[in-house]
Amino acid sequence: MASDLLLPPEIRFQGIIDKHKNDDGSELAILNLGPTHPATHGIFQNILLMDGERIIEGEGTVGYIHRAFEKIAENRPFYQINTLTDRMNYCSSPINNMGWWMTVEKALNIEVPKRVQYLRVIVMELARIADHIICNSVLGVDTGALTGFLYVFQYREKIYEIYEEICGARLTTNMGRIGGFERDWSPEAFRKLNVFLEEFPKIWGEFESLLVRNRIFMDRTINAGSITAEKAMSYGFTGPNLRAAGIDYDIRVAQPYSSYEDFDFEIPVGKSGDTYDRFCVRNAEVWESLKIIRQALDKMPEGPFHADVPDYYLPPKEDVYNTMEGLIYHFKIVMGEIPVPVTEVYHAVEGGNGELGFYLVTDGSRTPFRLHFRRPCFIYYQAFNEMVKGEMLSDAIATLSSLNVIAGELDA
Amino acid sequence: MALENSVIQTKLVDTFDHLVSDFVQIHDILTFHVDSDAILQVMQFLRDDETLRFNFLTDLCGMHLPDADVDKRFAVVYHMHNWIDNKRIRIKCFLGEEPEIDSVTPLFLSANWQERETYDFYGIIFKGHPQLKRILNMDEMVSFPLRKEFPMEDGGRTDKDDRFFGRTVDNC
Repeated sequence: MASDLLLPPEIRFQGIIDKHKNDDGSELAILNLGPTHPATHGIFQNILLMDGERIIEGEGTVGYIHRAFEKIAENRPFYQINTLTDRMNYCSSPINNMGWWMTVEKALNIEVPKRVQYLRVIVMELARIADHIICNSVLGVDTGALTGFLYVFQYREKIYEIYEEICGARLTTNMGRIGGFERDWSPEAFRKLNVFLEEFPKIWGEFESLLVRNRIFMDRTINAGSITAEKAMSYGFTGPNLRAAGIDYDIRVAQPYSSYEDFDFEIPVGKSGDTYDRFCVRNAEVWESLKIIRQALDKMPEGPFHADVPDYYLPPKEDVYNTMEGLIYHFKIVMGEIPVPVTEVYHAVEGGNGELGFYLVTDGSRTPFRLHFRRPCFIYYQAFNEMVKGEMLSDAIATLSSLNVIAGELDA
Repeated sequence: MALENSVIQTKLVDTFDHLVSDFVQIHDILTFHVDSDAILQVMQFLRDDETLRFNFLTDLCGMHLPDADVDKRFAVVYHMHNWIDNKRIRIKCFLGEEPEIDSVTPLFLSANWQERETYDFYGIIFKGHPQLKRILNMDEMVSFPLRKEFPMEDGGRTDKDDRFFGRTVDNC
């Protein structure tokens, strides 16, 4: 059987089709869902063996946008790797961004000021909200409800405007530095954040009431794509998809980073691990993220926006242009000529999709010896075919949507 | 009470003797080496033991060490996590020039694609894996791109030749 599995699915499925011919002449069919299909949310292919509209067997084929990030990272100094991490889960790139800098700081033994930690918490929670906005509203679209998407999507734009105030970029934000931020947040950024906090809860409440008790939505999602807690754990699920199955594992609580222990928030959990539970868990998480942001703003300490580590923190541009020391430091840091200790670290953050881990091995040279990304989407997606086996094709669409698989992170 | 490093070390050494070695704490994670022939047993013990309870395979990846001894040219690194005591460990298995190791898919389903990815990039054979074939790269590829000897770019490319940018040996 193992040798059969090595065959391409089209050939392997053909064998099964030949064996299962019905008396009335009907037979099983192969359906290619993707690679470029609006419902796959990215470039990956599901080759499904169908009996009518029921899925008998399936196989996922990935790698269509594989960009060899790990190989490129082995040839770049730290500051140049930042741009790679931002392009993995681009729906919540600040989380990747901050996670990467925290990994580097752990390797270099750098302590960052409290203000930086709180600002990072705010930006990571904003990113989580943006991520959940996309996932949940598009789940609505995939089950036939466009209204919710139109309601909430403008608030993702408002979050992007906050990013823009912080760093000038909207999607691939690149706002972090080793030890803190590239610049302090402007008053305009805080003003926009406050406006967002005032306006968004009402809209999110409306969005929730539109779908949560909606008969059609419930029929489409309840019991679709269920996974048990044990299976989810064995498959390596983390984040909202695991919590929907009933396990309250959240890295922000289990192994707090960036001062998450200072904030009071709940971990929403579901029961059955189905599409509806995943939707509800993400919905509830948005409320918790808002709670965290409000607390962080209230408790925001004064102080510098970066750690005092001139060996690693890029000097301000006016120094680079006007002083020789600034120019030299800038050059040395960008070219990776500052010595890095020989060490290895694993640092994980709670990404929009789950445990986003960075395994970094350094050998004292200017580039990492090895960098491995633990990408939650890559881990989830292998469970997809088992989750939809025996279900209808329309359930597969809703399940895929609720897993929030982002191809950029899956392939890396 | 938290699970101490010494408890993990003692239990493993008592059970597996010389098959586990080099226990060291690196930053926040206890790291140790496991003989590559024993990985399946050690991991099963770590998962099923009533004290250790490492119930989650967080991460699995390969590593290429071209300058190391002949029998340590490749490594497979596993990160495991005990959610009950909230403890992480890192396991390293070193392999020779013809890297082969037991698959841990019977223990953790998540290992399936992660081992395929490691095979795809390093050519490490996972014995007993149900579907060991390339995952991110195309099937026709013959090399293993994350090995250190694999070049980033084709050295024979001429579109990036210095001569086309006005630079020659004499003027640069």
